[in-house]
Amino acid sequence: MLKVIGAKSLDDLFVSIPKKLKVKDGYDLPEALGDDVLTKHMEDLAAQNSQLVVFRGAGSYDHYTPSIVKTLINRQEFLTSYTPYQPEVAQGTLQYIFEYQSMVCELTGMDVSNASMYDGATSVAEAMFMAYAQTGQSKILISETVHPKTIAVVKTYARYRDIEVVVMPSKDGMTDLDAVKKQCEGTMGLIVQNPNYFGVIEDYDGFADVIHDAGGLFIMSADGQALALLKTPGEYGADIAAGDLQSLGLPMSFGGAYVGYLATIKKHMRKMPGRICGITTDVDGKRAFVLTLQAREQHIRRAKANSNICSNQSLMALAVTIYMATLGKEGLVQVAEESMKGAHLLHDKLLKTGRFQQVYDQPFFKEFTLKADLDVKALEKDLLEHGMLGPLHLGDNNLLFAVTEKRTLAEIDLLVERVVAQP
Amino acid sequence: MRYYDRLIFEMSSPGRIGHNFKKKDMPDVSLPTKLLRAKKAELPEVSEFGVVRHYTNVSQKNFGVETGFYPLGSCTMKYNPKINDELATLPGFANIHPLQPGHTVQGLLKIYHETARMLTELSGLAAYSLNPFAGAHGELAGLMIIKAYHEKNKDFKRTKIIVPDSAHGTNPASATVCGFETVEIKSNPDGTINIDALREVLADDIAGLMLTNPNTAGVFEKDICEISRLVHEAGGLLYYDGANLNALLGEAKPGDMGFNITHINLHKTFSTPHGGGGPGSGPVGVCERLVEFLPDPVIKKEGDVYVFDNADDSIGSLGTFFGNASVVIRAYVYLMTFGKEHIGKIGPYAVLNANYIQESLKDLYELPIDGHCMHEFVFDGLKDKSTGVKTLDVAKRLLDYGFHAPTVYFPLIFSQSMMIEPTEVESKETLDDFIDIMRKVAKEAIEDPETLKTAPHHTIVRRLDEAKAARQPILKFKDLQEQ
Repeated sequence: MLKVIGAKSLDDLFVSIPKKLKVKDGYDLPEALGDDVLTKHMEDLAAQNSQLVVFRGAGSYDHYTPSIVKTLINRQEFLTSYTPYQPEVAQGTLQYIFEYQSMVCELTGMDVSNASMYDGATSVAEAMFMAYAQTGQSKILISETVHPKTIAVVKTYARYRDIEVVVMPSKDGMTDLDAVKKQCEGTMGLIVQNPNYFGVIEDYDGFADVIHDAGGLFIMSADGQALALLKTPGEYGADIAAGDLQSLGLPMSFGGAYVGYLATIKKHMRKMPGRICGITTDVDGKRAFVLTLQAREQHIRRAKANSNICSNQSLMALAVTIYMATLGKEGLVQVAEESMKGAHLLHDKLLKTGRFQQVYDQPFFKEFTLKADLDVKALEKDLLEHGMLGPLHLGDNNLLFAVTEKRTLAEIDLLVERVVAQP
Repeated sequence: MRYYDRLIFEMSSPGRIGHNFKKKDMPDVSLPTKLLRAKKAELPEVSEFGVVRHYTNVSQKNFGVETGFYPLGSCTMKYNPKINDELATLPGFANIHPLQPGHTVQGLLKIYHETARMLTELSGLAAYSLNPFAGAHGELAGLMIIKAYHEKNKDFKRTKIIVPDSAHGTNPASATVCGFETVEIKSNPDGTINIDALREVLADDIAGLMLTNPNTAGVFEKDICEISRLVHEAGGLLYYDGANLNALLGEAKPGDMGFNITHINLHKTFSTPHGGGGPGSGPVGVCERLVEFLPDPVIKKEGDVYVFDNADDSIGSLGTFFGNASVVIRAYVYLMTFGKEHIGKIGPYAVLNANYIQESLKDLYELPIDGHCMHEFVFDGLKDKSTGVKTLDVAKRLLDYGFHAPTVYFPLIFSQSMMIEPTEVESKETLDDFIDIMRKVAKEAIEDPETLKTAPHHTIVRRLDEAKAARQPILKFKDLQEQ
């Protein structure tokens, strides 16, 4: 090969790199491991993470993943291909993106979905940029009942573009519409979450009109599984729906890889970031799938683009698509109801122990907040010793619990038993 | 490949269900009707076997790295070892909640910490955050760090980022999203930085320069030390787009060239699967004086224990948790497989493969930049353009012969760009097969141009009407039903 190239050695190929920049003594890295030793090494590292019975959510949920999801997404045709730039040999990727978009639109009640975003929080931040481009305003309102990490990411994205983020107060665990009415004039709109961070299912009836009258956009974030049951962003008149779909078949996996969804109404379609797949025909008239409306994207618009997203979370979007196809119209509702029933059962049992008080007397789905009358640190430690990941401490002895369909009655009882056993 | 265009929705039959689910004995719960959706989401109703067969058929319409040669320039489509997938999805990684107490996730924190350390060693920087989800996300993080740094120094007039015209589209887009103004400078004919053009724009309003090295034309910036000196003298910072880092493994470190910030694409250089467009991972690295600007959270080692922390001048959070953990673990396994003994061979063999293809085809394809290339190179279309065959036609014809096409019409500095990156994993036999077919296609371009202009012929669908897709957008199943 060197002969064809006309070089004497591999070093000859690197003459353009100045001598003083050359790596001379190799790298200070660990020695290479053979596959057998490496496997043992990774198993040891895995064993240093505790697999627990999870009663914690706050953005990551311990739902069951059907085995076909993992099997199918590991097919090399899906796993090792890249962005479908050559549609003739990427019809597989394009077709599942189309199916994913269709399902996200069904779930959210919106007109158009893109091909995926990084995660729920970044998707909400990108929704803010859409509102920024659409309204030309530089102030955004966000409810304090939104996940604090979502608020943090929105603030990060906003800070460097000189966008002002105003956190709106809540009343009884719900976003305060009166406060929104007073402040929404001259803003790009409002971001809310349903169910909210504290588990409360909020009633957003009337919000869209108030925000639209002030010229802003109504942005709603909702957990994927909750949308199986709850009134959709579309039904509430939202302009943009953005959130995370981890709860639809993705393992918790230490927080990633998940997938963010972003969907909107037709009117704002051309302001949407990321890839969008559409249907067309080939020269023989066959139905085919293709990336479309690409004039929005960074590789065409460069400095004029509204978003810089290129790689997304395509394979996770596929996992979610297969999950939704497997459960289907009825199964999705069954699993969501099962999570909800477990959560309500735990909620009632915990109140009966007399060690908790209700914080919000509001409807909830699979997460709820209770105020504990016990040492919350000691409780967490005790639960860990019994193989359980207990609720998340939100401060002030408020504990956020989550229950999924995976939690058995015995697990729920054990948690209650440990609560009762606390001094 | 078999033509199969049935949508999962078109297989739906009421009452079918694909999961095996048993209800537990728990009381029913009813929510106020006003909080519920009016009707169930119209998801397909399909049996488990139906779903499996459907997605198997769908997958077979895709070309993956394991299908055949995938010389997509700047994307580094190398083999993704199976052991990485297997070990990254061990239950002790997959079943871990991100908000578990630190002492219950020491194995994961160690992987994060060690991966970051290995990246610092390979790139010559001081510290990394593995939180960015993708390359473009790493760019955004890096630019935020640049902005935060200047702001901390009360240097508020630095509002501009210099980007050469040969750069990836994400560079200027990231600059805009970060609230910078982009100053595009014209490159030399070989895509390298034109020092005079650079001098002209360097002033006290420049926050930094973004650079890919080797650049998108596969040429190493031989004046990098001078560029670095000039940018730093003007008070700016130097950003390294790590898309092309593969070429430098074993040869040189961005940190030694004077780069202050980098992002690395784990899905390129460190072989995590591209997944049809993601998930990737775009760790952001910084030099010593920028360590305190890294995004939240950072992972530190205190004695023998790994802990979460936040940097003092952190740019803030970039995601709900810590990026694409499952991708990071794969990259860690890859790094441990290669280790100090083998990692340095990656660059030289990637460069050897690229030069071999370049030299074997430059008599038939227009090579605008002569001399040895790095890990990739660009042809400006066919040498003999008399029959009107374009780069697009060549690309489509390659699909007929079972090869993926190169990156086409990028970089933008040539009108018929065809960017070829073979990576180090391909054998000489595969390269020879590709060269033979490229030569055959060049011959066809002269003897039978029509066949190329109407290619592909043997794929499951042929050229698509992209204008129609944009004119009448059908973006979901319901749009199709309403037609």
